[in-house]
Amino acid sequence: MGAAPVNRIIRFSSVDGPGNRSVVFLQGCNMNCRYCHNPETRALCIHCGDCVDGCPTGALSFADGEVRYDHSKCVFCDACIKTCTHDASPRIRHLTPEETFAEIVKQRPYIRGVTVSGGECTLYPDYLTELFSLCQKAGLHTLLDSNGTLDFSAYPELLKVTDGVMLDVKSWEASVHKAVTDLDNGDVLRALSFLASQGKLNEIRTVVVPGLVDAERTVREAARSVAPFLDKAPVRYKIIAFRPMGVREAYRAYETPDGAALNALADIARAEGMTDVVVV
Amino acid sequence: MREITMERVNETREKMLDVVKSRTLTHEQKVANMANLADSLLEVLELPEGLDDLLNRDITEGQCICDLCEGHAPLRPRYIVPDYAKFMKEGSKFLELPPPSDLYEALNSLLIFYKHVPSVTNFPVYVGQLDQLLDPFVQDVDEETAHKLIKLFFTHMDRTILDSFSHANIGPVPTKAGEIILDVVGELEDAVPNLTMKVDPALTTDDFILRGVKAALHTAKPSFANHPMFASEFAEGLSAGTDCGNYVIASCYNGLPYGGGSYTLSRLILGNIAKRAENREDFCTKILPEVCDIMARYMDERIRFMVEESGFFENNFLAKEGFIRRDRFSAMFGLVGLAEAVNVLLEKEGKSGQRFGHDEEANALGVRIMDVIRDFNAAHESKYCEISGGHFLLHAQVGIASDIDVSPGTRIPIGEEPVELHDHLQVLQHFHKYFASGTGDIFPIDLTVHRNPDYVLDIIRGAFKENLRYLSFYSADSDVIRITGYLVKRSEIDKLEAEQNVKHDTTALGMGAKHNGKILERKVR
Repeated sequence: MGAAPVNRIIRFSSVDGPGNRSVVFLQGCNMNCRYCHNPETRALCIHCGDCVDGCPTGALSFADGEVRYDHSKCVFCDACIKTCTHDASPRIRHLTPEETFAEIVKQRPYIRGVTVSGGECTLYPDYLTELFSLCQKAGLHTLLDSNGTLDFSAYPELLKVTDGVMLDVKSWEASVHKAVTDLDNGDVLRALSFLASQGKLNEIRTVVVPGLVDAERTVREAARSVAPFLDKAPVRYKIIAFRPMGVREAYRAYETPDGAALNALADIARAEGMTDVVVV
Repeated sequence: MREITMERVNETREKMLDVVKSRTLTHEQKVANMANLADSLLEVLELPEGLDDLLNRDITEGQCICDLCEGHAPLRPRYIVPDYAKFMKEGSKFLELPPPSDLYEALNSLLIFYKHVPSVTNFPVYVGQLDQLLDPFVQDVDEETAHKLIKLFFTHMDRTILDSFSHANIGPVPTKAGEIILDVVGELEDAVPNLTMKVDPALTTDDFILRGVKAALHTAKPSFANHPMFASEFAEGLSAGTDCGNYVIASCYNGLPYGGGSYTLSRLILGNIAKRAENREDFCTKILPEVCDIMARYMDERIRFMVEESGFFENNFLAKEGFIRRDRFSAMFGLVGLAEAVNVLLEKEGKSGQRFGHDEEANALGVRIMDVIRDFNAAHESKYCEISGGHFLLHAQVGIASDIDVSPGTRIPIGEEPVELHDHLQVLQHFHKYFASGTGDIFPIDLTVHRNPDYVLDIIRGAFKENLRYLSFYSADSDVIRITGYLVKRSEIDKLEAEQNVKHDTTALGMGAKHNGKILERKVR
């Protein structure tokens, strides 16, 4: 089974789904969100070698036209990430589903599940299907963190081994979505209603960026379209304040919304029938 | 009784006068201090040879054994664990109290009883398996009334039990009373009493644990005890309640037999003992066993005096009415500074880069040292510790305020905790099993976990599967925090630092631990 580029694995996380979970971050994304918090996960390394000299521990080297990465020497100082001008990272390990699973299973019995995030993890649907079948067999709950560009209806095997999807709904208005991400939102909205109807939607996330995103309409419409399916599976609506931390220099100037504005959005989601609404 | 010098008498008189004139001690704290100073003039114990050199030194000057201020002529056991269930059923002749018939009487009777339970601190270190004691009475009143009464009861405890080495237990079975207690402690955010939830995977529900986690994120309690582990280590005979086991958690986190307690607690200061050794073989085969032997004989002598001479077990109403039984007492063989001992020994071998908590060889040496202590205890017979098979119970002592460069029990030193919580937990797995009379580790938790208490639930469930014994959590921003085992309010430490009176004597200990033990610098998880 093919490997996927793994940016990093967090062993214990309290913020990527219910309970304590291990989180796998895959590398590469097909959107270009202006407010992306981890832009270094967006692109794959082009092996320009710019980062190699700045590595303080010799974890990076250059050979046969490629940047080589030695995970055992890395101290995660992020010097390479700061050097990279391609929104990539040289610290990528290409792991098979079996190798990834072997790193996750070490955390049992402390974790209840695994979340795969990114980048956009659904760029690697076959890898996910295989990884999640191994996880489910081991009794671990499986969640995907996705931007909704995959046509989930075409991957029934993946859906079978996925307990839920945490889906970003960035904007209800197509033109705004395009301005924020460079892509239309048709696929995202189809994924939203499809996953909800299948009882596979775990969470909707909307990042609130005043002046950039039509948050009010997005929250209202997304909540309205999902509410009829809440009997299939409970869905949390997570309303997330934009914060400049980690965001690319050019997009850092957006404002962080205030608590009152966020709570007003939460009220809109509740008014549409969502019962589990959180603001972060 | 042996003679002492006038010089020592005069030194003690000076100390007594300082206590009288103290601006920060409350009246109760002065009385207790005066009594300890008076006691320090007595010389009635037959001390083992070699003890003086190991005991009577400053901790920074090589002290190897510490008797934790128990005094020279022990007039009562250090920790007393009354059979409160018997009191609820039968009342007390001495206290002229009939068995309570409703919640009002039950709470009133308990508050009276607490004032008559001695200990090393003069306050009760165990206040009962409160869910089981109160649940029958809670059924007869509406929930709002029960909540109000229990809240008043807890406030009364906090304001009159002036020492946070006082411990209540709940669980493993969820009850209405247990739920109310968790809600009440979460609302009150007080330091007293300490609280432990006994957790049994087969009996304790997720909902009950989550209620506990939510309370802990507000007020640093309850802590969580591995019930099947403790229950299997304490002999049958007297249980704290249905499915509660024959043990209790008292004081900081001390597992003790129900209806008895612990005569005494002394501790090995392992780092200083290691400094006396030439190398690890010398330490493990000669120096450490010798110090263990002297401490054990010292403890035996203290116990002998208490049982054979003090008259406590013949005259105190707790014993006379059967609320405690002499044959349900054991004693706690304590230790601190395993981390320092390992690091000192490795430094002697030129391996100063290998640190306890981070390196396989270092952790394995820690295990070897623990095996030496366990084997010593298994071979040492202590006449009056029948309840624990004629041996002491090992105890990972949490340290005292004046400890400098001494980590509690087997803990990884603050500031050196592994980056990953998972790695930290895997180190603990090697050490919790040794300590039937208690050990524990403490984790300050990041604020984001308030939104995901299930995260803590998963760690508790996982840890107990991995044979960890006892875990505590608190929110990184809360006022009530866990110092080493006991609880103190940060706001009270601030008052004491401004030289104001504070009601709990443990606040001063917390202040010392803040400065000497760096307890505010633990790694947030």
